Amino acid sequence: MTVLTDIPEKWLPVVLPIKKKKKAGFGGGKSKKKRTEEERRVKANDREHNEKFQYANNCIVTSKYNILTFLPVNLFEQFQEVANTYFLFLLILQLIPQISSLSWFTTIVPLALVLSITAVKDATDDYFRHKSDNQVNNRQSQVLIRGSLQNEKWMNVKVGDIIKLENNQFVAADLLLLSSTEPHGLCYIETAELDGETNMKVRQSVSVTAELGDPNNLASFDGEVVCEPPNNKLDRFCGTLYWREKKYPLTNQNMLLRGCVLRNTEACYGLVIFAGPDTKLMQNSGRTKFKRTSIDRLMNTLVLWIFGFLVCMGVILAVGNAVWEREVGSLFQSYLPWDPPVDNFMFSAFLSFWSYIIILNTVVPISLYVSVEVIRLGHSYFINWDRQMFCSRCNTAAESRTTTLNEELGQVEYIFSDKTGTLTQNIMTFNKCSINGQTYGEVTDPLGKQPKRLDFTPFNPLANPDFCFYDEKLLESVKVGDLHTHEFFRLLSLCHTVMSEEKSEGELVYKAQSPDEGALVTAARNFGFVFRSRTPGTITTTEMGRTVTYSLLAILDFNNIRKRMSVIVRNPEGRICLYCKGADTVLLERLHPCNQELMSITSDHLNEYGADGLRTLALAYRELSEDEWEAWSESHRCADKATDCREDRLAAAYDKIEQDMKLLGATAIEDKLQEGVPETIALLSLANIKIWVLTGDKQETAVNIGYSCKMLTDDMTEVFIIGGHTVQSVRQELRSARERMMELSRGKTEGMEAWAEACFMGNGMKDGQEGDCTTGRGSKQLHCSSLPPSASGDMDSISGEFALIISGHSLAHALEADMEAEFVSTACACKAVICCRVTPLQKAQVVELIKKHKKAVTLAIGDGANDVSMIKSAHIGVGISGQEGIQAVLASDYSFAQFRFLQRLLLVHGRWSYLRMCRFLCYFFYKNFAFTMVHFWFGFFCGFSAQDVPDHRSLEYPKLYEPGQLNLLFNKKEFFICITQGIYTSVVLFFVPYAVLSDATQSNGVPLADYQTFAVTTATALVIVVSVQIALDTGFWTVFNHMFVWGSVGSYFTIMFALHSQTLFRIFPNQFRFIGSAQNTLLQPVVWLTIALATAVCVVPVLAFRFLKLDLKPQLSDTVRHTQLVRQKRRKPGGRSIGGAWRGTGSVSEGRLGARGGSRRSGYAFSHQEGFGELITSGKNMRLSSLALANFASKHSSSWIETLRRKKTNHTPPSTSGECSPAPSNVSGTCPALSNSSSVLGGSQETPIEEETDAAVVLSSSSHPAASEPAEPRAPAQVAPADSSTSAAARTDSPGGWARSLETVQEALFGRRGCASASNTQVPPCDATETPPH
Amino acid sequence: MMASSYNAKEEDGHHSGSSTHGGTGAPKNKKPDNTAFKQQRLPAWQPILTAGTVLPAFFVIGLIFIPIGIGLYVTSNNIKEYEVDYTGVEPNSPCYDCANSFTWNSTTPCVCTVNFTLTQPFESNVYMYYGLSNFYQNHRRYVKSRDDSQLNGVQSSLTNPSKECKPYLTNPETKLPIAPCGAIANSLFNDTLELYYSQPDGNTSKVTLVKRGIAWYTDKNVKFRNPGNDKDNLTERFKGTAKPVNWLKPVYELDPSDPENNGFINEDFIVWMRTAALPTFRKLYRIIQKKPDSTPTLASGKYVLKITYNYPVRSFDGRKRMILSTISWMGGKNPFLGIAYITVGSICFFLGVVLLIIHQKYDTRSNSADIPN
Repeated sequence: MTVLTDIPEKWLPVVLPIKKKKKAGFGGGKSKKKRTEEERRVKANDREHNEKFQYANNCIVTSKYNILTFLPVNLFEQFQEVANTYFLFLLILQLIPQISSLSWFTTIVPLALVLSITAVKDATDDYFRHKSDNQVNNRQSQVLIRGSLQNEKWMNVKVGDIIKLENNQFVAADLLLLSSTEPHGLCYIETAELDGETNMKVRQSVSVTAELGDPNNLASFDGEVVCEPPNNKLDRFCGTLYWREKKYPLTNQNMLLRGCVLRNTEACYGLVIFAGPDTKLMQNSGRTKFKRTSIDRLMNTLVLWIFGFLVCMGVILAVGNAVWEREVGSLFQSYLPWDPPVDNFMFSAFLSFWSYIIILNTVVPISLYVSVEVIRLGHSYFINWDRQMFCSRCNTAAESRTTTLNEELGQVEYIFSDKTGTLTQNIMTFNKCSINGQTYGEVTDPLGKQPKRLDFTPFNPLANPDFCFYDEKLLESVKVGDLHTHEFFRLLSLCHTVMSEEKSEGELVYKAQSPDEGALVTAARNFGFVFRSRTPGTITTTEMGRTVTYSLLAILDFNNIRKRMSVIVRNPEGRICLYCKGADTVLLERLHPCNQELMSITSDHLNEYGADGLRTLALAYRELSEDEWEAWSESHRCADKATDCREDRLAAAYDKIEQDMKLLGATAIEDKLQEGVPETIALLSLANIKIWVLTGDKQETAVNIGYSCKMLTDDMTEVFIIGGHTVQSVRQELRSARERMMELSRGKTEGMEAWAEACFMGNGMKDGQEGDCTTGRGSKQLHCSSLPPSASGDMDSISGEFALIISGHSLAHALEADMEAEFVSTACACKAVICCRVTPLQKAQVVELIKKHKKAVTLAIGDGANDVSMIKSAHIGVGISGQEGIQAVLASDYSFAQFRFLQRLLLVHGRWSYLRMCRFLCYFFYKNFAFTMVHFWFGFFCGFSAQDVPDHRSLEYPKLYEPGQLNLLFNKKEFFICITQGIYTSVVLFFVPYAVLSDATQSNGVPLADYQTFAVTTATALVIVVSVQIALDTGFWTVFNHMFVWGSVGSYFTIMFALHSQTLFRIFPNQFRFIGSAQNTLLQPVVWLTIALATAVCVVPVLAFRFLKLDLKPQLSDTVRHTQLVRQKRRKPGGRSIGGAWRGTGSVSEGRLGARGGSRRSGYAFSHQEGFGELITSGKNMRLSSLALANFASKHSSSWIETLRRKKTNHTPPSTSGECSPAPSNVSGTCPALSNSSSVLGGSQETPIEEETDAAVVLSSSSHPAASEPAEPRAPAQVAPADSSTSAAARTDSPGGWARSLETVQEALFGRRGCASASNTQVPPCDATETPPH
Repeated sequence: MMASSYNAKEEDGHHSGSSTHGGTGAPKNKKPDNTAFKQQRLPAWQPILTAGTVLPAFFVIGLIFIPIGIGLYVTSNNIKEYEVDYTGVEPNSPCYDCANSFTWNSTTPCVCTVNFTLTQPFESNVYMYYGLSNFYQNHRRYVKSRDDSQLNGVQSSLTNPSKECKPYLTNPETKLPIAPCGAIANSLFNDTLELYYSQPDGNTSKVTLVKRGIAWYTDKNVKFRNPGNDKDNLTERFKGTAKPVNWLKPVYELDPSDPENNGFINEDFIVWMRTAALPTFRKLYRIIQKKPDSTPTLASGKYVLKITYNYPVRSFDGRKRMILSTISWMGGKNPFLGIAYITVGSICFFLGVVLLIIHQKYDTRSNSADIPN
C-alpha cells in the first residue's frame, strides 16, 4: 500500500536513441538476438537455462552518457550543429597568421562559452536521467529464489524468475500471472499508466497454475513458456505454457504488464516473461528525437545561405583583390610590398579570400545562436511566472521544461489531446436527476448566489462525505417519504454490479467497474439507500436506516446492444421486482403506455441534461408476479442452457421481461470536464487550430466528451464514423466520407437551394443506410445543419464543419503505408477528429503522420504514461501535471495543471514568443548585414521585446494567432526584406560619411577623412540608425524597452569612450590604438550632421513603407491595436481595464445553458463493460468466506470466463450494433409531443413570439429524422435555431460597449454563420426540404 | 458567449486574494509573484504608426532639414579653397623633370616651383594641405604595419618591434631594428612645400608656415612619445635602431630645430601616421596664421610654391596636390552636406504630401473601429 508513494518516478525513458551501455558483448549480443528472436522460450525457476538466450534483464537505461563517454560523445553531438562546426572552422582559420584579420580569441571565447553551457545543461539532464533510472532499477521486488522469497532490486530480476507482487505495487516486468490470493487465480489491475484507463481490469491465471498457490509449490514449478518475441502490442499476447507434458494456451488475459498497478488483490505471483527494454511499456515508448523548432530549421537554412553569400562576397572581394594587386598593388610595392610568402597576385587573392571570410563572419555571428537561446530562456521564465497559468488547487505553476521551443508555440496547427485526465477530470458526479417528472439538481439562482452544499451526515451516518449535491428539494422529498423518490434510489442501490468493501462499520468503499456506476450507487447511499454488501444471491442495503436484504434472483447484464441492465430481486416481503436502468433511447420504448405523459416530461429533462453535456440514464421498474417470474425464469434457464446462439436467446429472454416497465426517472452524471475546456477548445479552433482527441477510451465516451467540450457541435455539417475492421472497408469509408464532403461543399457554393438540397440528400442517404443493417458500417450522417454557414466565412477547398471519428482497429489500417495519404486528406478536412481505442504507439503514429504529411507544427497534450510517446513525437509535448503520475510531465516540453492553460500558452505566450523571435531575427539579420557590410561595430546590442497586443486581446481575437501558423512573420521573404534593408542601410552608412567626410575637415582644419574618424562616425551612425530602427519595431514601450534602447546607446558611447581612453592605451598601446578618436570625432558638428543625415536617409523610406503598409493593408493585430487606441480615447472617462467589462459577460454555466438543445446522449453504456453480472452471480469474485454463505451453484461456473473472453474478442463496435437493433420508426410517430416540446424549450424564452413559432416549426420537422433513429445514441435532436436565438439573447445581455467584439466571438463560435439575427430568415428554405421522407 | 465566459483574470484575482493572506497552510506556495514584470503587464507606451503621427513627422523632418541644408550650403560656399596639382605628369608641368628623374638613392633633392594666382583674398587662418590620390593608406596590410607600442616610446618595442611591421622590421643589411618600423612610417610623405608671395611690387616674400598644431592633441601628447629619458640627447635615445629604408634621414633628425617636434613626436610624422580612410585623401601640412592687422592672411595675387620633390607617386599613378583652404565652424569646404540636407528635406516633405493624399484616398481603417475577425 505504501508503494503508492513511489509513483513520482519515471517509467519511460526520456531519451531512447541510447548508445547502449557498452558492456562488452552484452549490447552487441542483444541487438543481434533482437534481429533473430522469433520466439521466446522461458523456463520458470531455471536461470541457467534462460541465460542461454541472453534475454535483456530488467535494467532500463535511459541516460545517454557516463563519466567517460560524456566529453567525446557530447562534443561530437554538439559539433553536429552546423554553427558550432562553422565557428570551429573559423577558429582554425584565424590561427593562420597570413589570413588572420581578427585575433583568435574573438571566436574562441564565445564558442567555448556556448559549448560549455550546452555541455553543462546536457550533463545536468543526464544526471537526472541517471538518478531516475537508478531509482527505478533499485526498487525492491520479492523474487522466489530456490524456494524462498528474497528481496531483489528490479534490475536484477531475470527472465524466468517468479516474483511476488503485493497490493498497490507496480508490476516490475511483463509477467505471466501464475497464482493469486484471490479465488480462481483472479487479480485486479489498473492500467492507467499503460493506456490511460482508470477502471480496473481482471486478469486470471491459467487454472493449473492458479492451484499452485503458495511459494513452496511455485518453487517447484518448472513450466516452460513459449511465446512471441517482444512487441509493442498492449492488448495482445500469444503463447503456450508447457507443463507436465501438457499444453496450455496463454493470452493477454493471463498477463500482467509492467506499468500496471495491482489493486484489490492481496498478493499474486508471476513469471517474468519480458524484462526491461523488452517490456511492452518500454517497447511502446517512442523514440525521442531532438526537438527543433521550424524557426531553428529556417535559421539553419538561412545561415547556410548566408554562408554561401559570404563565400560569394569572399570570392568577389578576392577577385577584386587579385585585380587590385595586379593593377595597383604591384606598382604600389615601393610603399607596401607583398608579404614574404606572397609572390604573385593570385596567391594574395587566395589569402585575402580567407581573410574576408573571417572579417565578414559577423554576418553569421555566433551571438545569433546565443541571443536566440537567451530570448527563449526569457520566454520560458515568463511562462513559468505566469500567474494565470497557475493552478492554486494543486499549487502548481506552469513549467516550461524545454527552453528551445517557445516560438513554435505560436505556430501550432494541430493539437493532439488525450481525453481522460486531460479534457476530463476523470471524476463522475451525480449531478441532476428527474424523478417522476420533477427535476432536481443544480439550481441556477438568477442572483448568482452560491448554492449551499447539502450536508447528509445528520440524516444519514453512512453518507459519503465527499458527495456533493446542492438541491435540498430532493433531500426533502426523501425525508418526506415520497414513494417515487424512494423507489428511485432503491433502484440505484440495487441495480448495479458494484462490489462493496466494509473495512469497519459504516466505512464503505465501493469498487465500481465504471466510475459512473460508482457515482450512482454513492448517490443512493447518501440519500439513504446504502448498498452494504452482496453475495451471489443477495444484496444487503440499509434503507433509511433499516437494514434490508434482498435476494437477487437474476442480473440481466449489460451489453453494447442492450444498452441497459436489470436486476430482478425479491424483497423481504416477497415482492418480486425488476429494476432496470439504461440508455433512454432503449428504455423509453419499453415503458408501459400509461407512462406517456411522464415520459414526455422526463424526455424533456433528458434533453436538457444532454444539452448540458451530462451523461443520462433512464430508470424504470416493473413489479413481477410470482407466476410471471417463474415463467420467465424457466425460459431464461432454457436460453441459458442452449448451446447454439446462447447469447441471442438470452437477449431475447431478457427482452421479454424488460417490457411494460414504469418509468421512475432519469439521472444525469457529469463526466467532469476540466475547468474551461469547452471555452478553450472553442477558442483554439477559432484560432484555426485543429484539435484531435486521441483516447484509449471507448468510442461512445469519446464522442460524448467531444460533444460536451464543444469539439463536436450540433451544427456540424456531418460527423463521419470510421469503424471498419478490414483494409477495404476502412478505405471505402474514408473515400465515401471525402466524397460526401466534396459534395456538400460543392452544394454550398452553389447557394442556398443547393445547400438545402444537400441536406435533403443527406437525409435520404441516412435513411437508406439505416435500412441496411448488414453493411451498415458506412459513414453515417448524423446531422445536417439546418443553416448554411455564411458565405463570407473563409473556407478551404472543402468547406463546412465536419468531424471524423475513427476507432483503433480502423486506425491501424488507416496508418498503413498505402492508406496514409487517404486518411490524412480525409481527416484534415475535418474540423474535429476523434480517435478512440488507440494504443500509445498509435497515438505517436498519428502525430508522426500529420508531421509527415502536413508539415504542420503539432502539439500533443496528455497526462498519463500512455501519452508519453505522443508527447515525445509531437513538435511540442505538453504534460498535464498532477493527475496520473508524472511520466507525461517528465517527457513533456511544457507542463501545467489544467487543459485550459493551453489557450494562454498558445495564444498569448506562443504568439508573443513567435512575434518576438521573428522581430528579433529580422532585426538581427538586418543589424548584422548593416553592420557587416560596413565592417564595424563596437558595441554589443541585445535585449528587446516586441510585445504588440496585450494578453487579453490575444485571447479575444484568436485570429491573431494565424500569422504564426502561416509562418508569415519570419520566412524567407521576410528574411530577404530584412537583409535588403540591412544592405541598404549599410550602403547609406558607408557612402554618406564617405561623401561628407572625404573632403571635410575639423573646425581646427585637421581633415576628418582619417581611418579612425571615419570608423567612429560610421559606427556611431550605425548604432543610432539601428536604435531608431528598433524603436520603430518596438510596439510596446515598457520601462525595459526604454532601459535597453537608451541603455544600449548609452553603453555604446560609454564603451567607446572607454576604449578610446588614455588609460587603456597606456596599458595596451597596440590593442587600443583608437585613443582619442571618440573625443576628437564626436566634438565635430559635421560628424553629427552626417549622422543625422544618414539616420534620416535610412529611416525615412522604412517609415514611409510601413505607414503605407499599415494604411493600405493593415494586419489584424495592427487593427486591434488601432481600435484599442481609438476606444481608449473614446472611453477615457472611467474606462477601467478592459478586463472589467470582459468580466461581466457571463460564466461557464451560462454558456452551457445557452447551448441548450443539443443532442441527448445516454451515458451509461459508455463506461461499462459487460460480464460483471455473470461474475457476481457466479460468485467467482467473492471471497471464500462470503462464498460459503451462499453456496449458490455457479450455473455457468466453468464457462463464464470463456464467455467473457468470447464476448471480448467478438466485441462489435457499438455504432454497428446501434443500427442493427430494431429501430421502430413509429416512435417518432407516437410521440410528436416530444420533439415539439423540446423545441419550444430550446427556443429561448426571451425570443419574440414570431421567432419562436418559426423556430418551433423548423424544429419539429428537423427533429423528426433524429427521432426516427432512436437506436442511435447521439441522434441529435436538432435545435440549431435555438443556438442562434440564444446567442441573440446573449447579445442583448452583454454590456453595451463590448457587445460588438463579444458578438463577433460568439458568432464565430456558433459556426460562423454571419449575423445571428439573419439566421432566422435563412431558415425557411431548409424547412421546406428538410422534412424527412417518411 | 463561451469564449467570453472564461476569464482568466477574474480567476486570477480570486486566487490572489487567498494567497496574499498567508497561503492558508500550504507549506510552500509556488504561485508566481504578481509583479508587473513577471506577468508581462508592465505599463507600456504603444506607439502606432497612424496618419496623425507619421505625416507630421515627415513634414517636421522636411522643415528641419531644408533650412539646415541651406545654412550649410551657404557656409560651405563662403569657404575659399585653392588647389594645385604638382605631380608633374604633363610634360609642360614644372615638376615633370623631378617626377621623372626620381630615384630612391639620389642624395640631391630635386626642387621645382609652381606659380599660381589667388583671385580672392583668404581671410582668417588659412590651412595648407597636401593631398595624395590613389594612395592606399587604408590597405589592410598597410594599416596593420605599425607598432604603436614603439611609437609610444616603449623601450622594449623600440629594439624589438612587433612582427606586424614586416617587412620593415629590421634593416636588411645592419639587422638593426627599424624605428619607426612598418610600412606606414616607411612611406612618410617627405616633400617640402614652401610658399612665396609675389608682391605687386615684384618682391617675393616668404609666407610663414606654422608647423605646430597640425596633429590631434591626443596623438601629440599621449599616443606618440619619444623613447628613453627626456634629458638624454635624442640621438642617444634612438641608438641601436636603423632609419626606415625609404627615409633620407633618421627619425631624430626630422626637425632638429625644435626638440618638441622631433623624433616620434614630429607632427608631420604624426599626421602621416593617422592613416586615411580613403585612397584619395588630404593631410594638414601647415597653418598660415591670421595676421594681427586687418589685412587678409593671403592677399589675392601671385604666389610661388616651392617644392622639394622627394616623394615618388608616378609608379602607382598617384597624384600630389597642395591645397589652401579657409575654415568655418563646420570645417572646410563641403558642399555635399548642404545639398544632401536640402535633398533629404525636400524628399521628406514630398513624401509627406504623397502619403497624405494616399491616406485620404485609400485609408481602410480610420473610418470605423470594426475588427474583422
